[in-house]
Amino acid sequence: MLRIRLCEESFVAPILKKEFKGPVHLYVGEEAIATGVCAALKENDLIFGNHRSHGHYLAKGGSLKKLIAEVYGKETGCSKGRGGSMHIIAKDKGFLGSAPIVAGTISLALGAALAIKIRKEKRIAVTFFGDGATGEGVLYESLNFASLKKLPILFVCENNFYATHLPLREFRLKDNISGIGLSFGIPSFRVDGNNVLEVFETAKRIVDRIRKGKGPAFIEFRTYRLRGHVGPDDNIQGTHTDIRPKKEIEKWKKKDPLKRFKQYLLRKNTFTERELEKIKKEIEREVQEGHSFAKKSAYPLEGEVTKYVFK
Amino acid sequence: MSSNKKRKISYSLAINEALHQKMFQDPSVFLIGQGVKSAWYVGNTCRGLIEKFGERRIIDTPISENAITGAAVGAAIAGMRPVVVHPRMDFMMYGLDPIINEAANWYYMFGGECPVPVVIWAVINRGGEQGAQHSQALQALFSHIPGLKVVMPATPYDAKGLLISSIEDENPVIFIDDRWLYNLEGEVPEEVYRIPIGKSIIRRKGKDITIVATSYMMWQALEAAESLKEKNIDAEVIDLRSIFPLDKELLLESVKKTGRIIIADAAWKTGGVAAEVSALISEEAFGFLKAPISRVALPDAPAPVSPTLEKAYYPTKENIIQAVKKLFK
Repeated sequence: MLRIRLCEESFVAPILKKEFKGPVHLYVGEEAIATGVCAALKENDLIFGNHRSHGHYLAKGGSLKKLIAEVYGKETGCSKGRGGSMHIIAKDKGFLGSAPIVAGTISLALGAALAIKIRKEKRIAVTFFGDGATGEGVLYESLNFASLKKLPILFVCENNFYATHLPLREFRLKDNISGIGLSFGIPSFRVDGNNVLEVFETAKRIVDRIRKGKGPAFIEFRTYRLRGHVGPDDNIQGTHTDIRPKKEIEKWKKKDPLKRFKQYLLRKNTFTERELEKIKKEIEREVQEGHSFAKKSAYPLEGEVTKYVFK
Repeated sequence: MSSNKKRKISYSLAINEALHQKMFQDPSVFLIGQGVKSAWYVGNTCRGLIEKFGERRIIDTPISENAITGAAVGAAIAGMRPVVVHPRMDFMMYGLDPIINEAANWYYMFGGECPVPVVIWAVINRGGEQGAQHSQALQALFSHIPGLKVVMPATPYDAKGLLISSIEDENPVIFIDDRWLYNLEGEVPEEVYRIPIGKSIIRRKGKDITIVATSYMMWQALEAAESLKEKNIDAEVIDLRSIFPLDKELLLESVKKTGRIIIADAAWKTGGVAAEVSALISEEAFGFLKAPISRVALPDAPAPVSPTLEKAYYPTKENIIQAVKKLFK
């Protein structure tokens, strides 16, 4: 969680300095979900991300320096500078790619689950999508097919209560996302997405169930992005993006998953304050090294603009 | 293997044989789509598949073109070689997102990390007074998208060979056939063979004009060429077969020889395949042309229902003959 947080926050300065220009959707505030869910998975389980997927990539085991280099658009990035922040991949870790078309990767995960079923493997597939994706028809088509064919797939909805600029209450009549799966006969759950232990425990139980061949499941994790939709702009009311009340942001800051987990660890005497500080320092160094690596790395060659169109 | 080279089967059964043989050879191949169980949807192209390979690999689906196309793409990303069938191309439009945004881009946008060996099998099912949403031929739409290959076989031999190549290709391939060709019989070897994607073929050698045609228009072009003999016009007929990539070499070579070219594609004229071939010739063989380039295509209008309008809508050999005559005036 801390690794994701520090990595995400490390992008703020270079974004402001325009060291890279492409959109970067920060996962700050939602780290517990990727962390908890991926901890419940095996390396060969297959996951697909979305526009805001640095967290999923890192939690599934993707290389941090290749992620940073990709955000800079460098040849050493995980997608060789062709994809940027929204198109990251760590195939050998089962992270099969992320893409920003809202709900666009849900059916891809469905296909991965179908592949697993055809090959009679013990793996599962996971699709991560946001509350905004609940407006897309393909989600419902996918739920139906997954349920019909009893596919080994976990639908993870990260409900951060905003679809870019639009608050949930303005795009759904009711705050009832966890009920979506039920009409397809899919076991569905609503979980505090800012409590990493609860995320993990629920995910573990459900993932094991899917792995036993019992068919798909749906989890709504309720969370909040502490940053805005894209980049370091926090979309605070009164600023130019003018979306979220400051009070609301303050309320969610109190529920910051990192703070809560840190308090838990200290309370349980699992770690001392000093040990946690040491871990933080190590991660900070790793992130700094990632940025140095990215900055030193070369951009792709101009002459290779059509390389990788076809295999 | 000494197979009977003279064996003749229909275009649709040539497709069926390709599916049987690839499914047998390669456990990663599977077929998914609406109606694969039903001859009503897919004619006899899927005959015997479900009996032989079971419902695990021959998957009839709910009417969910978007998710099902996406599932085929996702399965390809996860290492399978799916064939997803759309028994009417019109209905495939709900599946454009996974084709255009995901499948076409996936290999490029992840820097070559992950190929997408999926076949999107789209059936043109036109004529018969079916109207605007049961008739469309949208090859140009897909040939516009980098990362997609597009093929249109005109003969039973090519239907089998191109489908096998499409399944074996590491990239997404849009395989477009036409129900008007399904009963056409032709020689089809029993063994597994491949027609390379990106290669056109000369169906009739000639020296006075090149007629490039796609899919069933190739048969119209051949008939037109026979009629033109009476006018002492010796037409060369090229079956384009591969809409993308284009066989530039063969097209240019032919035009440089004949100095005249007509492109016949039974799809809309504006921004169409004929326009693309025309642009290629203008750019790379302009100096060899003895006459303007001409296109025989559908009028820029939706497919009509009424028999009078439908008759006027679809081009035939007569349209090709008229177009050729104009160039020799």
